Amino acid sequence: MSTSAIVMMIIGCGTVWGGAVITIIIALSVEKKKNLANEIK
Amino acid sequence: MRENWQSRKGFIFAAAGAAIGLGNLWRFPFQAYKNGGGAFLLPYFVALITCAIPLMIMEYAYGRKTRGGSVKAFSKLGKRFEIIGWVQVMVPIVVMTYYSAIIAVSVIFMVYSLGHAFGIINWLSDPGPIMGMVTGSAESALDLGAGISIYILIAVIAVWLCNWLIVKKGISGGIEKMSSIFTPLLMVLMIIFMINAVRLSGATIGLEALFKPDFSKILSPSIWVSAYAQVFFSTTLAVGVMIAYGSYLHEKSDIVNSAFITVFANSSFDLIAGVLVFSTLGFLVESMGVEFTSFGTGAGVAFIAFPIAISTMSTNVVVQGLLGFLFFFCLFIAGLSSSISMLESFVTASLDKFKISRSKLVTIISIVGFGGSACFASYAGFNYILDIVDAYVGNIIIAGLGLVEVVLISYIYGTSKLRKEANAFSDFKIGIWWDYLLRYFTPLLLGAVVITNLFNLITGLFSQDTVGAVSNVVFGWGTVVIMIGASIIFYKKKWTANAQQE
Repeated sequence: MSTSAIVMMIIGCGTVWGGAVITIIIALSVEKKKNLANEIK
Repeated sequence: MRENWQSRKGFIFAAAGAAIGLGNLWRFPFQAYKNGGGAFLLPYFVALITCAIPLMIMEYAYGRKTRGGSVKAFSKLGKRFEIIGWVQVMVPIVVMTYYSAIIAVSVIFMVYSLGHAFGIINWLSDPGPIMGMVTGSAESALDLGAGISIYILIAVIAVWLCNWLIVKKGISGGIEKMSSIFTPLLMVLMIIFMINAVRLSGATIGLEALFKPDFSKILSPSIWVSAYAQVFFSTTLAVGVMIAYGSYLHEKSDIVNSAFITVFANSSFDLIAGVLVFSTLGFLVESMGVEFTSFGTGAGVAFIAFPIAISTMSTNVVVQGLLGFLFFFCLFIAGLSSSISMLESFVTASLDKFKISRSKLVTIISIVGFGGSACFASYAGFNYILDIVDAYVGNIIIAGLGLVEVVLISYIYGTSKLRKEANAFSDFKIGIWWDYLLRYFTPLLLGAVVITNLFNLITGLFSQDTVGAVSNVVFGWGTVVIMIGASIIFYKKKWTANAQQE
């Protein structure tokens, strides 16, 4: 595979898969904080 | 009392399942391949950020705000706009009629794969005859006497039965439960298939063809229109699905991050499909000397190329058959999770307006929908009419509805008001950039998609022979006229559920 194709594959897959993982992590951490706050209450 | 999603996870799985469909598997890979390979990713990402995500946030937020499907949502903007809502929910019903026929072929191939595994029939290495037997042949769209595929007809009954069983159980009891199992299962299975495909000899040839960038094409307006069309159609926007799903959200639920997750999950599937399809095609190019487009650029890839590839992955027929079964099961799940969302779009809208039980309504729609699907089980229907109806309803009408929707909600309801509501309980907030995108940028680009598609469709009519042109007018424009006529009838009926006054 050429370097340009490898770079584009990494950018392409990295962006959308990375985006999905980051947004899920944000959702989980917010959920965790909310649960913690509810427990403290 | 309106139902709510039982959990955020359930809602996201349902919305992602709705967005992820059969189109992801063959539409994205070939759009990228034809439009500059890796270079296509640039307009694709721009379209995700400027079109898919803003529109997804808008549909979730507006659905939650109005607590209703498209019909109620549009009627809140003005009584006369209710008709837009009806056209919007009529589209998924029409799409479902032919979409179910394609899912039906997956069901048939699942059964045949089991037959292969048990040594009853050896077909995976040569799927052409089976495909020919299932879909038959006709001379043209007007060759209505060519016959009907009894295989598709029977499988379509099974597909509609699944739709009926799931949707009649409601949001939390049916759609959420089913999506919470099937959407993650689909993702896991597709990732396994992708990893296996990348390991095949010749996979790099395919990946090179898919990702090698041709930046000379990047300045061509057509590549941008293709990217926007791909992103827009792939995310199931403007057909009332996401508005309906948003309407079942709890009033203090997150909107913004859920929209990001849904869009990224759908795009992740696009890329998984791209790598899977082109690695497999690369393998076939190397081992059989075929071309990347030898199996067409549509469903033929899934129903012809994949069985051949699966048959070469192992010499054991049991393994071949089980792999085939799993692959077509993936197609079935991807199709079913989208089709139940389409059915729910119409059901939600109708339940908002009419006093009728969900169970009775779903039964009526399923019977009528099956009648429509039966038309596509005919040889002429499956081989010709399906493509015509898809070109008119699946492309032109949906993009047009998207344009109307974004303009009406942005300018009549107001983007700043909706942004505040979307931000209220979200994990992170969107800024004023969202307002600008919805008010100016997105309508402009959706307008370009509509004009380009319409131009291609009309000019295409002149390059066809008489039979082709007549078929387009009868089945393409005919479907559009019937859809609008039915929308007018529903629009004129009185509200009996008191939902508008809520």
